[in-house]
Amino acid sequence: MRHGRWRFLLGALVPALVLHVVFVLSPYAQAFYLSLTDWTGVAGEAHFVGAGNYARLGGDSLFLDAVRNNAVMLVVVPVATIALGLGLASLLRTRRGSAGYQIVYFFPQLLSLVVIAVLWGFVYNPNTGLLNSGLRAVGLGGLTKSWLADPAFALAAVMAVLIWSSVGFYVVLFRAAIDAIPAELYEAALIDGAGSWTTFRRITVPLVRESVQVAFVYLGIAALDGFAVVQVMTVGPGGPDGATEVIGLSLYRNAFTYGKFGYASAMGVALFFATLTLAVLALRAGRNDRLELA
Amino acid sequence: MNLESQVRPYPTRRSLLRTAATAAIAAPLLSACVTGGKKDDGEAVAGGEKTADNPLGVKADAPLEVVVFKGGYGDEYAVKAEAQYTAKYPQAKVDHKGLQKVGEAIQPRFVAGNPPDVVDNTGAGRLDIATLVAANQVSDLAALLDAPAFDEPGRKVRDTLLPGVVEDGTFAGTTVALNFTYTVWGLWYSKPFFAEKGWAYPQTWADMLALCATIKKTGVAPWTYQGKYPEYINDPLLSMAAKTGGLDLIKAVDNLQPNAWKQDGLVQAATAFAELAGQGYIMSGSEALSHTEAQAAWCQRKAAFIPSGSWLESEQKGVAPAGFDMVMGAVPSLTASDKQPFAAVQAASSESFLVPAKAKNPAGGQEYLRILFSKASAKAFAEANSTLPAVAGATDGLTLSSGLGSVRDAVTAAGSGTFTYRFRTWYAPLAKAVDDATGELVNKRISPADWSTRIQKAADALAKDSTVQKYTR
Repeated sequence: MRHGRWRFLLGALVPALVLHVVFVLSPYAQAFYLSLTDWTGVAGEAHFVGAGNYARLGGDSLFLDAVRNNAVMLVVVPVATIALGLGLASLLRTRRGSAGYQIVYFFPQLLSLVVIAVLWGFVYNPNTGLLNSGLRAVGLGGLTKSWLADPAFALAAVMAVLIWSSVGFYVVLFRAAIDAIPAELYEAALIDGAGSWTTFRRITVPLVRESVQVAFVYLGIAALDGFAVVQVMTVGPGGPDGATEVIGLSLYRNAFTYGKFGYASAMGVALFFATLTLAVLALRAGRNDRLELA
Repeated sequence: MNLESQVRPYPTRRSLLRTAATAAIAAPLLSACVTGGKKDDGEAVAGGEKTADNPLGVKADAPLEVVVFKGGYGDEYAVKAEAQYTAKYPQAKVDHKGLQKVGEAIQPRFVAGNPPDVVDNTGAGRLDIATLVAANQVSDLAALLDAPAFDEPGRKVRDTLLPGVVEDGTFAGTTVALNFTYTVWGLWYSKPFFAEKGWAYPQTWADMLALCATIKKTGVAPWTYQGKYPEYINDPLLSMAAKTGGLDLIKAVDNLQPNAWKQDGLVQAATAFAELAGQGYIMSGSEALSHTEAQAAWCQRKAAFIPSGSWLESEQKGVAPAGFDMVMGAVPSLTASDKQPFAAVQAASSESFLVPAKAKNPAGGQEYLRILFSKASAKAFAEANSTLPAVAGATDGLTLSSGLGSVRDAVTAAGSGTFTYRFRTWYAPLAKAVDDATGELVNKRISPADWSTRIQKAADALAKDSTVQKYTR
């Protein structure tokens, strides 16, 4: 049965490859083609319109709002999540009972994003929500806001949920990276009289750099999406008045509410290239000064 | 590594066959895509002979496929109509599908050219009707409208429907959809609550503001609204404008005429709602509440009025306390010179049934709708769902709940004074622009003048956009 191996490998690979081509690659290729047409989603035919859909993107004020919001999220969400994740992970290194904390931090990861958005929607409720009730209970009633209905706070409220829901996963990821750092380095630092801040800055951060980079790519992609939380939680959704609009939501609305699948595909293709660019840039940055541990 | 296998890089006969089989399974999936090349157009069944008993020429043994939305109203009423269809044509096999996501299920079938014979295009995932019309996917229902009504001999189907129902399904002169339920929009309040406090429902906006001042003094918020979805507060605003400016105002808006949104009626109505918000008559926090949260607060008597369509009573079943007895009132008149009376109400039909253009059995589809829209079928529906059907007189002789009774009374009082805007179904992006602007207006972030300017800008952009199919009325 020596040649049976080749047959087995092929038999295992081909169905998976065919499924991948049919359900992943082919839709991608079709989206590229559809983005150049006026397809409505229900018509049996699509007419070629060239780059017209892409030209419209620049004049679509709601889409531009979405790009602006995604750009803000792209900066804030990864930076805040990584800072929090790294901070908590390095605190866990030195604390007792850290395994318990690690599990608790991971809890949000077990919930579907939709469930998280619904729960946080209740938290942000201006009259009965946990947040405003909490503020009133500690005498800070003056700080209560209509969080999701105030254009100045709505996007921040959405980002807070995204950060809350992903921090736990990165705590675990960074914790594993920190555990891989040889303990002698920390001991040597301790002997040299380094405080915990210096240890963190001079040893932990440089040595988990690659994990941070990967985290940045994942979080960047999550920040360019944000669709589920915005769709479930915000006013409008995407409001008030475009304050929390994201590209994914614009795409969804154009495709499924307005029946402009061609135009929506153009948004999808634009988002595809933005994500690709981000991933390439993030992985290229700092590739040269890779640190190797013996 | 297995050397033998490496020197033989050819696929074996068996794996080749397996690949071919997988590809054969996948191919029909691909052909359902718009990029999959030519479609088979599907051949419609030749019609049967048209007789007095069979005015639409149904072929007695042709199968019929019905897809209905199984939402708040269930699909029992549709099944009943199917049973009647089978009783009349025992040879016909009826295939019934009651779905929650109608759009998802039928979209690929429209694209592939083999849609069902009847579609109830309703629910959150419904397909945009204007898009279906523009893609020539729906058929003309004129023959059905002119056929005799199923259980009212001597009357055409067209004449048994409530005012506006035929128009609601008409696009560019062709009626392509028939809506089964009739929705009326207004302001809702609890009758016993108002009686207890001695408040009277205001007929003019001045009275409304005076009443709001009184209500506010008692610690109750005069209004709340479903802030997460600003279209709810749009309805009374646009109703008020329609009463002031009459049908001409509505037509100018729907026909995308220049400066339509700068008409006095609209600016005055926007000013009225800006004042309502400015005086603090809207419950604080309303702007961030979902429809369930706002309506629950209203049912707890935290607010006196809430705007909504006539579905509110059935939606609040289990939430409204016993004896809450909600009723709907018409939107108060803004000026003494309004072109339409106080009793005029915004009313439109929904739950839209259509016969796809490429249906295999279009005559059967229309015959099914003739049975569904019969008086007996509509009456059974009203009884089961406390909802007004689109068929006139369907609630005659029924004992109605307080909410549905008030809705029926409002329709009767309005007589021919019902009106509706069509731009929401014709131009979904404009509806979004109006909702956003109104949300900003009632949160005091823009002035009534800004409100009309920015909506006008969106309407002008739409009017200029040659890729959007335009409709006029």
